Amino acid sequence: MKQGGIKHLMAAALEDKITLAAFAYLCVMVLLCFGAPFFAPYAYQAQDLSIGASAPSLSHIMGTDAAGRDVFSRILYGGRISFTVGLLATFVAVLIGAFYGTVSGMASRRTDALMMRFVDIVYALPFTVFVILLMVAFGRSLWLIFIAIGAVEWLTMARIIRGMTLDLKSRQFVEAATALGQSGFGIIFKHILPNIAPTLMVCATLTVPSVMLLEAFLSFLGLGVQAPLPSWGGLVKDGAEYMLDAPWLLIFPTLFFSATLFSLNRIGEKLSTANAERFSK
Amino acid sequence: MMRFIISRALQALPVFFIVITAVFFMVRFVPGGPFDKEKPVSKETLAALNSYYGLDKPLGAQYVKFLGNLAHGNLGPSYKYQGRMVGELILEKSAVSAKLGAAALLLALFIGLLCGVMSACLKNRRLAEALDAFSMLGICLPAFVLGPLLIYVFSLKLGWFNAMGLNYPSDIVLPSITLALFYCAWIAKLSKNSMSAELKKDYVRTQRAKGAAESSVRLSALRSALMPVASYLAPAAAGLLTGSFVVESIFQIPGIGRFFISSALDSDYTMIMGCVMLYSALIIVFNILADIALALLNPKIAKEMRSK
Repeated sequence: MKQGGIKHLMAAALEDKITLAAFAYLCVMVLLCFGAPFFAPYAYQAQDLSIGASAPSLSHIMGTDAAGRDVFSRILYGGRISFTVGLLATFVAVLIGAFYGTVSGMASRRTDALMMRFVDIVYALPFTVFVILLMVAFGRSLWLIFIAIGAVEWLTMARIIRGMTLDLKSRQFVEAATALGQSGFGIIFKHILPNIAPTLMVCATLTVPSVMLLEAFLSFLGLGVQAPLPSWGGLVKDGAEYMLDAPWLLIFPTLFFSATLFSLNRIGEKLSTANAERFSK
Repeated sequence: MMRFIISRALQALPVFFIVITAVFFMVRFVPGGPFDKEKPVSKETLAALNSYYGLDKPLGAQYVKFLGNLAHGNLGPSYKYQGRMVGELILEKSAVSAKLGAAALLLALFIGLLCGVMSACLKNRRLAEALDAFSMLGICLPAFVLGPLLIYVFSLKLGWFNAMGLNYPSDIVLPSITLALFYCAWIAKLSKNSMSAELKKDYVRTQRAKGAAESSVRLSALRSALMPVASYLAPAAAGLLTGSFVVESIFQIPGIGRFFISSALDSDYTMIMGCVMLYSALIIVFNILADIALALLNPKIAKEMRSK
């Protein structure tokens, strides 16, 4: 079971050329976005009202928006926010999901059923209503976006992890550890978590793009990151409004956004295939 | 079969009850009431409005009254759309959304399964890759980009469809494509993965070795491959039928999707409750339907149920 950890999965996934390209693209984007202060030619809020929305030119390679702000710079800074939201919310979701899932799987049948009913209940809540209530109650903030998205994304994770924990619990090496008197948490950390780590990574890789889409949706509702701070969702949404007069405002942000979502999904897909093969062996 | 359905429905009832209770108290703990966002009203008017709708009573009393009304099928008056009852508003608007959602669901199911199953069965790797990339489109493009794009190409440039509204039969095409593409991507992905896993199994090899026609081999594999799709479809169908805020606002469609957002923003308590109940009830019903579908798809369980 233990053979084929995270490294092995990565190696298997990157054998595919398109996936390798996707991985390279992501690395470059992360570097560019988090190094935005170095790489961006302008500041994200620097306006030049004299030029307004101008088409791509030598001084602004991807054009400018209605306030004369450089689109390329805003894409880089926006990417920083989008990646941060994507990664942090996923981290929160993985943390809660893994903890909840393993505890529920290891607990007595009764506690397990109770914990899973709770997940069912939260599942049956319409997500948007929940997020809007959160935003109305506490005001808009970046942290709240993490919490709101993380609070939704952990549910699926918890279900998957619980299923795996139940399966692992009945295996001999875990039964042996129990017989030797190891505590529940000891078993979780020593035997369960190492075995579910690859699956967790697959889930996490596929959660990041769905979080980024959610952030875009929140931006569409006007509940996203506060202006003038850009996020990819916000840029794409603004671009869609000026589609007819200034198509570059839509084309460039969408290109980066969609390419990133594609790359993450592609890598996640390949990882998940490699992970599934690990189990069928 | 009937016993199975009834027992699942009974299990779901407490979940439904807890959901509506949780939302009932959640919306009231959020600061701001339904009447403070409009033009500034005098304190007396506000007090009068609150007492007219019973919002000045203690929470417990409001809750009991809400449950009592619910038992009579009365969802109360909307606070925002004054003079209208939540029940009739929801019926009226959700009919529009359900029509659109059903069209999108059928489209997503058809295209998604076609892409997924074909990609799993194709010998030509290149073609399969291209199909996969196409079906990924829906997860890579937010609906609020796809919608305006479709309008731009097919309404403004080509003039094939109306850009807005839902007045003629052809008006349903663009919004349902916009709505369907995301679900289409998931269905394609799930069905491809499960179908290719299924085709590698021993029973498929045995059938082939015995000389069964490839089409009948694939058909029997498809039966099991549909199971993950069925479990995915339950929440997806509930989501689709209750409308989408994005699609409804882009195409100017008077559906229920917009109420989910606006009622929460306006603190229109009764309306929020109505929307949440509609959504939760649909989730529960579709989960039961999915369980039945799963049972029917799984030969072992289907046999047991018939013998009972």
